[in-house]
Amino acid sequence: MSGDDYTVLQRQQLSENVFRLKIHAPSVAVERRPGQFVLVAVDADYGERIPLTIADADPQAGTIDLVFQKVGLTTSLMAELPVGSHLAAVLGPLGCPTHITPRRHVVCVGGGIGVAPMHPIAKAFHEAGSKVSVIVGARSRELVILEPELRAFADEFILCTDDGSAGRKALVTEPLKEICEREEHPDLVVAIGPPVMMKFCTAVVEPFADIDILVSLNTIMVDGTGMCGGCRVRIGNEIRFVCVDGPEFDGRLVDWDSMLKRLQAYRPIERRKLEDHICRMEAAADAREKTQQ
Amino acid sequence: MNNLDAKQLDAAAVALLQQWQAKPEHTNQDRMAIPPQPMPCQAPEIRRHNMDEVSSGYSAAQAMLEANRCLQCPTHPCMEGCPVKLPIRDFVGAAARGDFDGALEIIKQQSLLPAICGRVCPQELQCQARCTVGKIFKKPESAVAIGRIERFLADREKTGTAPTLLQPDTGKRVAIIGSGPAGLACAADVRRAGHDVTIFDAFHKFGGVMLYGIPEFRLPKRIVEQEVERLRQIGVKFVPNFLAGRTRKLTDMLEKDGFDAIFIGTGAGLPHFMNIPGEDLIGVFAANEFLTRSNLMRAYERRQAATPLPEMKRIAVLGGGNVAMDAARTALRLGAEEVTLIYRRTEAEMPARHEEVQHAREEGVNFRMLCNPKRVIGNENGFVTGLECLRYELGEADASGRRAPVAIPGSEFELPVDTVIIAIGNGSNPLLRQTTPGLAFNAKGNIVIDDCCRTSIPGIYAGGDIVKGAATVIFAMGQGRIAAAAINQQLAEE
Repeated sequence: MSGDDYTVLQRQQLSENVFRLKIHAPSVAVERRPGQFVLVAVDADYGERIPLTIADADPQAGTIDLVFQKVGLTTSLMAELPVGSHLAAVLGPLGCPTHITPRRHVVCVGGGIGVAPMHPIAKAFHEAGSKVSVIVGARSRELVILEPELRAFADEFILCTDDGSAGRKALVTEPLKEICEREEHPDLVVAIGPPVMMKFCTAVVEPFADIDILVSLNTIMVDGTGMCGGCRVRIGNEIRFVCVDGPEFDGRLVDWDSMLKRLQAYRPIERRKLEDHICRMEAAADAREKTQQ
Repeated sequence: MNNLDAKQLDAAAVALLQQWQAKPEHTNQDRMAIPPQPMPCQAPEIRRHNMDEVSSGYSAAQAMLEANRCLQCPTHPCMEGCPVKLPIRDFVGAAARGDFDGALEIIKQQSLLPAICGRVCPQELQCQARCTVGKIFKKPESAVAIGRIERFLADREKTGTAPTLLQPDTGKRVAIIGSGPAGLACAADVRRAGHDVTIFDAFHKFGGVMLYGIPEFRLPKRIVEQEVERLRQIGVKFVPNFLAGRTRKLTDMLEKDGFDAIFIGTGAGLPHFMNIPGEDLIGVFAANEFLTRSNLMRAYERRQAATPLPEMKRIAVLGGGNVAMDAARTALRLGAEEVTLIYRRTEAEMPARHEEVQHAREEGVNFRMLCNPKRVIGNENGFVTGLECLRYELGEADASGRRAPVAIPGSEFELPVDTVIIAIGNGSNPLLRQTTPGLAFNAKGNIVIDDCCRTSIPGIYAGGDIVKGAATVIFAMGQGRIAAAAINQQLAEE
């Protein structure tokens, strides 16, 4: 509440485009549960509000960890924030927390940056007494995040890379299918990552009627509080809202194709804004160089 | 072309006022002979390209002349038409004498947001609908322009005037959830009773729907900021980025954080959709999202704003309320070439304020009445390319007394558009229901309250759209004040 000044306390570059920021936000840190997210803005007047999952939180220290990939303007600006600077707004924790009950065997699949929100969920299922298998997928070795943290508690850990530079050269759906086909089926799959990955994980699980599949959707949002309707998705032919009804849904009920299309809505505009930003950065760097000469 | 030029209107009013003041006494006949004062407005062909306020407001001479049209009738029915029972006859009377400070003082005893209410209240349905002058002329639009006089009085006050008289501090703490009209009105009354008041809002700025919903050209943001500033000056605290129920549970605020009472004024919830095919295509917006992107995130300043709105050329707006008008007129200002408003009844049934409909029409919004969309048509990439509509005719009157529209079979036609904005109202927000066990909701998902805005949980009050569904700014303010009275009573008894 008061005292939340959203100071950047730590900044860590996890891979070429992936960053981890530790933010001072005590009220979010105290209330957040696995599966929840925050909305973040870097500029109060002109900034956009983007949803980011909470990778970790420390209620005693009053901090939350945000792991994000540089894709658009806001994430690029966030990646440049020095320690000691502030975010303009952090609203949260938002969304319904993951419903954690002891399950017999949970398979947690994380793809790319999706490993960050998957981590606290996997840990919570482990702490609730479930057997937890973790499958992590990334394009290449450099893009693998949180491996030691996950290995620390996972009953089974499978790493896949697209190029084979670490672990198996495979997509995450391959080991997922193998686990589902084992004599003793898992009873829950949690898949978090790029929408296409979640769509295909759902397709793998589909034939196994006794396996539930939970996915976490990350759609475009403006307010994040159940007002604007921008995050709507089709779930079993009904309109649902990721910000208040989600972010987790039964993967079998998600209309993936419609959601995948909607995520493309602003790509051309975003690319232009990002190019503008990079141009300005380069111009500023040139100017600095000239004054130094 | 523009007969609403501020300078010309003022010059005419000054001349008339001199003649008026030269006469020692005035009869009711004299008063009724004063021409109703038009509102100075930006010309439509100019204002449709800018975000500046459409109407610049009365001059002093215009306000005084208009106030002299009031007959000061003993029954003052106007006051009955006002949801907060403003002593309208008295403040109009003071304005007629030129005592503008006195007039504003009268308003402020009852209303805290006169600059806002003067602009956005539907006076033609409230105070002005009951005005004797309008009745005599058998023309409601000839009623005394109470809202315009109120706005003039509020606008001429400089900021930083002496704060309202406060009771001594009681040490009791009240949390207000939401900084829209209900929350601000409640906060002011509770603070005046000497209680410690904190307003929480989910956004990073304060004003609620007056900020993200109502566009700049109808209610400039500086007016809302002034009202927020006034509350700060009397010691009200503001906490941004706080979502009640998620950032903190209501019951924790009462039991652990030391609040003695809570008022919930969180406004309307999730937008309704049409439930027609193609609604998830790219280019279909709920009006809430479209307006928030433009108003709060300033997408209309395309160069600076990070929040994008696509380039829109041909836009269809669905609905006939004020929100639909706001969306259509915002779309024009964002550079749309053609904006078509689609409504399934006729203009007579439109819930929007007459003035807003008229302004929209002047600015070039096309009205397609007795039409309703059947499906949104898109291309292979998922972008909107058109809207298929059906024509309707009016049938028998329904339960609400309005004649129900009936589809004409086989009357389908296609409207080529790249954007569809849906403005057909809001449902409830499930958030507090998910997070506050024990709080009672009705079948529509709105919070259940009694006549004093008390909810099912002692110490928690609610008002505005969260209990009523979509209503007006003044209704929300009225409920905020009812709740404040109940909170003040509760705290006095404890």
